[in-house]
Amino acid sequence: MFDALADRLNNVFRGLRGRGKITEENVGEVMREIRSALLEADVHLDVATEFCKDVQEKAIGAEVINTLKPADVMVKIVHDELAELMGPVDPKIPFVSPGPTVLLMAGLQGSGKTTTCGKMAKMLSERAKRPLMVAADLKRPAAIDQLEVLGSQINVPVYTERGHDNAVKVCRNGIKHAKKNDHDVVILDTAGRLAIDDELMGELEKVAGAVNPQQVYLVLDAMTGQDAVNTAKIFNERLELDGCILTKFDSDTRGGAALSVKRVTGKPIKFIGVGEKLDAIEEFHPQRIAGRILGMGDIVGLVEQAQKHYDEEEAKKLEGKMASGKFGLDDFLLQLKKMK
Amino acid sequence: MTTQEPSPARKGLFARLRQGLSRSSTALKGGIATIFTHAKLDAAMLDELEDLLITSDIGALTAQTLTARLAKDRFDKEISPQEVRAILSGEIAKILAPIARPLEIDPAHTPYIVLMVGVNGTGKTTTIGKLAQRLKGQGKSVMLAAGDTFRAAAIEQLQIWGTRVGVPVVAGSVGADAAGLAFEAVEKAQSQKMDVLLIDTAGRLQNKAGLMAELEKITRVIRKRDPSGPHAVILVLDATTGQNALSQVEAFKQTADVTGLIMTKLDGTARGGILVALAEKFGLPIHAIGVGEGVDDLQPFDAAAFAEALTGAES
Repeated sequence: MFDALADRLNNVFRGLRGRGKITEENVGEVMREIRSALLEADVHLDVATEFCKDVQEKAIGAEVINTLKPADVMVKIVHDELAELMGPVDPKIPFVSPGPTVLLMAGLQGSGKTTTCGKMAKMLSERAKRPLMVAADLKRPAAIDQLEVLGSQINVPVYTERGHDNAVKVCRNGIKHAKKNDHDVVILDTAGRLAIDDELMGELEKVAGAVNPQQVYLVLDAMTGQDAVNTAKIFNERLELDGCILTKFDSDTRGGAALSVKRVTGKPIKFIGVGEKLDAIEEFHPQRIAGRILGMGDIVGLVEQAQKHYDEEEAKKLEGKMASGKFGLDDFLLQLKKMK
Repeated sequence: MTTQEPSPARKGLFARLRQGLSRSSTALKGGIATIFTHAKLDAAMLDELEDLLITSDIGALTAQTLTARLAKDRFDKEISPQEVRAILSGEIAKILAPIARPLEIDPAHTPYIVLMVGVNGTGKTTTIGKLAQRLKGQGKSVMLAAGDTFRAAAIEQLQIWGTRVGVPVVAGSVGADAAGLAFEAVEKAQSQKMDVLLIDTAGRLQNKAGLMAELEKITRVIRKRDPSGPHAVILVLDATTGQNALSQVEAFKQTADVTGLIMTKLDGTARGGILVALAEKFGLPIHAIGVGEGVDDLQPFDAAAFAEALTGAES
């Protein structure tokens, strides 16, 4: 994941290496490159455009300390903006008491909802919870069987009702069953649906209205193209998502969906699926991912250190000036600028 | 999916595609209307058009090619949105026309062995069900092989399709060797003189070397029973996939000698523009597209209809 995007961006930064200064001109050039790298990585067009605008503004305004190369400063700016694009994230699940805490999984067909339910249940049982999974995908052939098989693999019970197609009823009864049997978390597996399928989206709304889930997650395939944000937007309009779970994060996708969804919907990615095994789920950390995209954690650290060092030095100089009574108007102006 | 009576199929498909692609085509259609206001075609307009095309997953390179072709004859000349749509639609259809080729079942091979491959969740099992229905409707005897022995309940899912369509399913147990199952299925289809054998496989990400090697093994084992097989290897692609589809085709082509593509889920908001990029880069036939969840919702791929629906051009 992200390797290809990282390569492209590294090439862009390499182009800046020889330059002595960040100017409006050479930044413009770099931004065009970054923009096309982002688009090739399936980042949504509007997000890519806005991102580049933000980075450009920061870059032109940025003070390039003379101990640092402009390219390194640029890396740091892009890194911070990437992290901001995807964050902040609080992947904690707000457990309620008395329970059960209800988690609803929604998404397109084939995004990996059922598998993610299994992974989530396993993660929660390892955190000393007693989850119950509810098989509310009554559309896809053998979806109930699939959840039951997963349940038996991880020792988590599955509530099923076969032979009818009322998902609202199944979810309601599942939660009743959980209360009776002391399950503190309920995970609802719903049928995959297209965002534009009014009938099925309506069903999902009804489920959410009937059971009032504590968390509604959109399960999204990391390889999704420009459509990722459309899907997330429509699901968010109808369901009020709490966050996304990005699956197939272990693919070689350049990760446009990961970079686009938060900016467009305001809802962060909270978890990522990173493999076929049922323990392959992780919390999402934007800082780490931004580092991975750039593959330049060392430079980011270096710039941070240098900036800190520079600030300390400046402060010391000022102290000296003040003590000796040489603190002039231009020093004052510099201080004011820094406060901005 | 062999040749259909062209007119009704085309109409039906066009209506469905229109409906399915309505969001994307409205986006392209509306976008084009905003950019081109009967003024002279200039560089800024071309840049905007390029961006707009990118939002349909067509890829930066193909977007550039298309805008360059538009610019070639029309730069600095007055141009209307309708003209832009028509020219783009025509150019896209030109790229796609040579690869719009239905799956031909060669009767010289009995069974004609079709291997379905793809990443997780693209709709391989569902597509096999629909394909079986279509082939059976053409009077062919069809057998299915539940070669996805990994995903929980994938075997049951295919068995349900088998019952629905009324064709036999060869299945083993969960976790069994998929290559062994494929071998057994070829043997059974041969002895029962089936016309077509459709083999399902587990979804696998193309960057997982171990899983891709397993796919190679399945092909090898099929060849032990029939050295000419598999006769078709179909890569099932999800229309919501972005530029990663290029990497999928590349990897599966290399490992499994993919002979054709089927794109699923074109009835959603996804645009499937990536097909144009794929056509330019690989030129693999597109056999069919999935435009709905019903058993009959697998349609032959029609280049002109697809191009018109994608660009919002009027036919």
